[in-house]
Amino acid sequence: MSGLAQAAGALGAEVRSPAVVALEAAGRSHRRRVLLLRVLVGVGFLALWYGASGRWIDTLLISSPDLVAARLWRWTLDGTLWNNLSITLLATVLGFGIGCTSGFVLGLLFGRFTTLAEVFDPYITAIYSIPKIALAPLFIIWFGIGIESKVAVSAAIVFFVIFLNTYSGVREVNPLYVHTTRIMGGGEGAVLRHVIVPSAAAWVITGLKVSVPYALVGTVIGEFMSANRGIGYLISQATGLFNTTSVYAGILVLALVGAVINTGLKYLEAWVLRWRGAA
Amino acid sequence: MSISIQAVRKAYVARGAERLALDRVDLEIAAGEFVAFVGPSGCGKSTLMNMIAGILPVTEGVIVHEGRPVRGINQHVGYMTQADAVLPWRTVRQNVELPLRFHGVPRRDRAARAEAMLDQVGLAGFGGSFPAELSGGMRKRVALAQLLAYGPETLLMDEPFGALDAQLKLLMQEQLLRIWTARRQTVVFVTHDLAEAITLAQRVVVFSGRPGRIKQIEDVALPTDRDPFRARFLPEFERAYTRLWEALAPEIRRGEAA
Repeated sequence: MSGLAQAAGALGAEVRSPAVVALEAAGRSHRRRVLLLRVLVGVGFLALWYGASGRWIDTLLISSPDLVAARLWRWTLDGTLWNNLSITLLATVLGFGIGCTSGFVLGLLFGRFTTLAEVFDPYITAIYSIPKIALAPLFIIWFGIGIESKVAVSAAIVFFVIFLNTYSGVREVNPLYVHTTRIMGGGEGAVLRHVIVPSAAAWVITGLKVSVPYALVGTVIGEFMSANRGIGYLISQATGLFNTTSVYAGILVLALVGAVINTGLKYLEAWVLRWRGAA
Repeated sequence: MSISIQAVRKAYVARGAERLALDRVDLEIAAGEFVAFVGPSGCGKSTLMNMIAGILPVTEGVIVHEGRPVRGINQHVGYMTQADAVLPWRTVRQNVELPLRFHGVPRRDRAARAEAMLDQVGLAGFGGSFPAELSGGMRKRVALAQLLAYGPETLLMDEPFGALDAQLKLLMQEQLLRIWTARRQTVVFVTHDLAEAITLAQRVVVFSGRPGRIKQIEDVALPTDRDPFRARFLPEFERAYTRLWEALAPEIRRGEAA
């Protein structure tokens, strides 16, 4: 037995041989190179844009990076940015939250009670195939031009992604885990908490990652159609006035928001699924 | 009597036809006894074990465990299979503590008991690792520590060491025998490896090919405090092996011919 324990100890020990050090150094220099190239691509793009604007392509069509930056700066100072961004973010977060919660709960329920899933299957497939954007005008009739209709559009989009992913995740649970957990003394609640939910987590996280941009899209589409505040409203107003600088500024804000949320989700995923990292 | 299997039949319905997996099996297993089930693949030995665990219902007959007829999941046994059943999203320690939590052991005692069990199977210091970070043999030992932690009186093991290499298998067998000698649980051990069955069990039950019936029961004359590394060189081992092989070989040939 002591032999086994020793072998186990050796396996867990920290070993930093020259080969390990060299591999780590190579990894670091590769990451540095990638970062440098990324920055170069970004700067190159901006330079090209700046150079093309007014020289090869009419500034009215593509604006210019310095004009966009100045516009963003002005929006930041006069409160336009926060006034509109806050409402877009709020609608996105609410829609995302409502869609996620309802999708997750219903996905679990349908995953556990298969008869329920069988009965509703054709209806869900039918509703799923409707482009949710087509519901936006209806939601505006129901909920008005305020934030509620935007929340409804994002929630409707997010709901289906999360619902279907949770449902698949629950169906994919290894029955062996369920049996052994029950034999060890776990009840239905314990199985749900310790087996089904963590097992479905990988699917749910994938759903979350896919649906974040959708939530944003849902809100912005709602704001395009009818609103009096929000980044989508700002963009659609500017489009009407051929104010491309404002259009680009609005799009840039949306891109940044999407990137920030996605990065956050990447870290969340790495943490929730940390058990997957094989040695 | 720990487990009493009375006139058990098991039939499956597949593609519109009923197929008999097990036919009229009667078997009594005493408390503290180590019994091995051997037989050709598809003979229903794992099916019988899963019926003792309550995972599968019997078609006819009764299985009585510790005085209670088995109906639904049997929470008075420990269960270990060839496939890894430790939960990959829980650390080693959290896995071992899980059954303790179900059995109402207070939080402080859980940690101490889990540590003691991990120490016993040679995994001290690995409590914080996730199963994916361990080798297959180490994961088996986590499962063993988990079984021992909550101390079921009956252990059901379905080819638990089937996926391990020959050397590791011997080490695990030695560990299991040492634990059994100390705690004297009732053990039902399903295997297709005749040598493993003789090395471990006091009694070996040979099943016929499909539909499974008990063909022969052989008492192993080896001492209970046997050493799995040396047992196979004893004359008693050879005698048991020869007799069991004579019973098993025609069943395997029949299965291959069919």
